Amino acid sequence: MAKLVRKLTKSNEFYLLLVIIAVSIVIQLRSGQFFSANNLVDLANAMVVPGIFAVGAFMVLVAGGIDVSFPALASLSVYATTRVLVDAGYSGGVWLPFLLVIVVGAILGAFNGLFTSRFVVPVLIITLGTASVFSGVMQGVFKSVQIPNLPQGMSDFGRSTLFVATNPESGLTSNMPMAFLILVAVVAVAFVVMRYTTFGRGLYAIGGDESAAARAGFKVRKIKFWLFVIVGIIASLAGLVRTSMMDQMHPTNLLGMELMVIAAVVLGGASITGGTGTLTGTMLGTLLIVIVQNSMILVGIPTFWQGFALGTLILVGTGISAVQLTRSRKRAPALVQG
Amino acid sequence: MVDNVIAVRDIGKAFAGVQALDGITLEIAPGEIHCLAGENGSGKSTLIKVMSGVHAPDTGTIELNGKTFSKLSPIEAISNGVQVIYQDFSVFPNLTVMENLALNAELAAHRTFVSWKRMRAVAEEAIAKINFTIDLDEKVGQLSVAQKQLVAISRALMSDAKLIIMDEPTTALTKREVDALFAIILDLKARGIATLFVSHKLDEVFEISERFTIIRNGKSVITCLPEELDHATFSHHMTGREFDDNHFVPEHVSDEPILETRGLGVNGAFADVDLTLRKGEILGITGLLGSGRTELALSLFGAKPADSGEILINGEAVDVNSVRSAIAHGIGYVPEDRLTEGLFLERSISSNIVISELDSFVSKLGALDQRKADAEGQRWVDELKIATPNPANAVNTLSGGNQQRIVLAKWLATHPKILILNGPTVGVDIGSKHDIHRILRTLASEGLGVIIISDDIPEVIQNCNRVMAMNAGRIVAEIDPRTTTESELAELMSKDPSTVDGKG
Repeated sequence: MAKLVRKLTKSNEFYLLLVIIAVSIVIQLRSGQFFSANNLVDLANAMVVPGIFAVGAFMVLVAGGIDVSFPALASLSVYATTRVLVDAGYSGGVWLPFLLVIVVGAILGAFNGLFTSRFVVPVLIITLGTASVFSGVMQGVFKSVQIPNLPQGMSDFGRSTLFVATNPESGLTSNMPMAFLILVAVVAVAFVVMRYTTFGRGLYAIGGDESAAARAGFKVRKIKFWLFVIVGIIASLAGLVRTSMMDQMHPTNLLGMELMVIAAVVLGGASITGGTGTLTGTMLGTLLIVIVQNSMILVGIPTFWQGFALGTLILVGTGISAVQLTRSRKRAPALVQG
Repeated sequence: MVDNVIAVRDIGKAFAGVQALDGITLEIAPGEIHCLAGENGSGKSTLIKVMSGVHAPDTGTIELNGKTFSKLSPIEAISNGVQVIYQDFSVFPNLTVMENLALNAELAAHRTFVSWKRMRAVAEEAIAKINFTIDLDEKVGQLSVAQKQLVAISRALMSDAKLIIMDEPTTALTKREVDALFAIILDLKARGIATLFVSHKLDEVFEISERFTIIRNGKSVITCLPEELDHATFSHHMTGREFDDNHFVPEHVSDEPILETRGLGVNGAFADVDLTLRKGEILGITGLLGSGRTELALSLFGAKPADSGEILINGEAVDVNSVRSAIAHGIGYVPEDRLTEGLFLERSISSNIVISELDSFVSKLGALDQRKADAEGQRWVDELKIATPNPANAVNTLSGGNQQRIVLAKWLATHPKILILNGPTVGVDIGSKHDIHRILRTLASEGLGVIIISDDIPEVIQNCNRVMAMNAGRIVAEIDPRTTTESELAELMSKDPSTVDGKG
């Protein structure tokens, strides 16, 4: 029991959960609306897309890199898929858009993977470049414009709901989207991969010490390549979900989301330098950011304070882990060792 | 006569036209503790890499387990029982002890899925082999250097090792940890596991090794028993140079002290330190890690201002409360860890040298006179014989000994009256070590007051005219190095375990 408590109080997730509970209670006290059924469903709804993105960003961060290309990658693969299907007059089920977007996402991810596994250049720099390439291809080659009418299958998928929550007082309703299941599935698969496969443990090992990983027998290049293929697929799934739920393809809608997603992952305890972090933390970090974004309106704070609040959260969150790090470093070489 | 665990014969290896190894032969018997010694750049690490299968030799053969190879792959080396413990231990700081131990086995078995239960069992077995008790769920990054090393050794032993190659294993260990390591090496020997101990620390290799191989410039110089060598011949074989083992005798010592402290103390580090330093002297301060020696150096240099007592320079009490004020009073400091404290590794040699006196190269307009600064950098490169083709090269292109000379040059360029050196030759090879000592002696005879803070006992005994021993934050004795032996001094440093043994 004492061991469990010690482990809990040492974990970043525990404190994050406390913060989330505290913020929720404050909002509840101020508005009386936070713990209403429809608000909770709204939050779950708003978490789907950033949540899926965060899983991919988390995996790259664990391996010691920062990927900023995923919104552009997702935009390109979803745009290409939608364009082709709309032009072909496709009216079948949602399985084909999913299949196409996975294939295109894997190819674009492989493009990232090829560079990051071959060149000793920080992932951040490479993906800054590929992000521009991706959005350039979308806007130049595909001459991207808004696509107002999606294939029937995508529209249906975007509208399909698991259940509807109603606020007994105001009568407002909120839909729990089917797409929430995609988030659950991605998180579940990623959890198994990160914890129970040599590939997942290899990502942690590479993030900890790349040359030690190579000496231990991990095929570092191969692991890095497949990491980006997987992340390309995950990002494209998020893009498809977002497009379907909006019921239109807006090419630049996703761009600019990368910083918020990376912030969520870092807030969740993943270290910028790689090798640490958990999926639980990643999801809690995303939840906290989504709560702050969605619920400030409930408390009556003008929306332009959102950016300020998010920035403060990130500074405090990363600041605390930095303080912990310096403390543990100071403790290591004790003054009198004999 | 038992067969050798490994025998390499006539190994040659060239990189881009440079002959790194030239006809090296080395044989190791089962259970033998063999020392491979050589200066930096002598080819030691290349030889290790040939033996562990990282590099394929150009010529020569490797005999292993009765088989003869013209080259090895890393997998062949490991499956024939050769394991290397690298200087950085190759551990994952972010993972637990359990994973660090067991991941290799999971990989070797080509598994796709890992089993945490199986990994725990494997890890428990691994630490049991050397009676090493540790929390398997602790992150390796939280462990001490010695514990990390034990993790690496346990891991190496998992795959039926017959030979363990340890690359500079004692660099970051305290004396007691070194003793514990030696106990483990002897235990391995009892089980028939041979150790190739790579080091250039004289006292250690004499203590542990049964046989020596010394290499220089890629060639075997000698293979012999320790009885056949003494310190002087050992140094001679390593460097090809002759060194005289004379004590330092100051030539002109001033009557008045240039630096004096009275009752100096920093809370929690040291207390009641009274010392005097005269011009022309080299004063040694020695003590174990944690004795307060580093804190004393830092407080004399203003980096850790004293909480009590006073500092007098030329007989006048001064306030040394910051690095700037120390420099203004003519105090220079060469830090212990030159990599983190003293140098901008990516910047050029000459800008590192002139950084502390940049003010003097600023023209009236406030712009930096680059040509004058470069000339000053070049002057010191010549003066201290820093081996570089061009002072504009980055500092990290240099060897440890040359880097240390740059730190020295940087402080000499500020024309200090007092120079404090903390561990001036840690991690420096024998040749550079003698050069640095020679430079310090010359500086002292030119009228500088020098303080050497070091736990390298032979270093302080040979190069200082007075030595003070620190123990648990206090000066416990002042000795005359000409009449004191190394073991007497070592005893002063480490006696009274009730205070020294305190866990901090």
